[in-house]
Amino acid sequence: MATNSEIRYLTPIAVDTKKKKYCRFKKTGIKFIDYKDADFLMKFVNEQGKILPRRLTGTSLKYQKKVGQAVKRARHIALMPYVGDLLK
Amino acid sequence: MLNRYETVFIMNPVLSDDQVKEAVKKYKDLIAKSGGKVVHEEKWGLKKLAYPIQKRTTGFYHLLEFEAEGTLINPYEVAFKRDERVLRFLTVKLEKHSLTYAEKRRKNRKAAQAAKKAEKVETSDKTEKKA
Repeated sequence: MATNSEIRYLTPIAVDTKKKKYCRFKKTGIKFIDYKDADFLMKFVNEQGKILPRRLTGTSLKYQKKVGQAVKRARHIALMPYVGDLLK
Repeated sequence: MLNRYETVFIMNPVLSDDQVKEAVKKYKDLIAKSGGKVVHEEKWGLKKLAYPIQKRTTGFYHLLEFEAEGTLINPYEVAFKRDERVLRFLTVKLEKHSLTYAEKRRKNRKAAQAAKKAEKVETSDKTEKKA
């Protein structure tokens, strides 16, 4: 925003462009995470099928628990693999 | 007090259509007998499993949403366990948020089915791609 200063960089400095993470469930007002929607839950696992930590996805604690439960349920009914390779 | 539950179960892929229908009917009757009622039913059809179960890689998915007394669930799940036609099942109690979600999903599905009927040719193409 404050680009009126004398010095200008061709590429923005890395420190400034650090994007703030947010919880997508809080932001969009999703209250329930469906275990039947495997495509959506794929966003919360890595390519081995492991659940991604909160520090990477930015999900709040309340919804991280629900994501975890939904993923585990999806695994039980074989919509998602317990272990995978190159899922993405 | 009646609670709302939802069951997803996977049936053996070697069964014929009639056998699948018969099995589903058995569980619906079980619910009806205890004074509950089936609210919604979904047939997902033959789907590929994410990992093999009992050495099978595909299965018929079915979803039942029903209202029932909490005391039904125990005998109901025992029936699933004893049934060799069922590979896997999952019963979940629906609370406030999941209930509204389930209703929304039902509405969406109804709309999607109506659209499907209108464009049958296109959907058949899509299913081929998925398989």
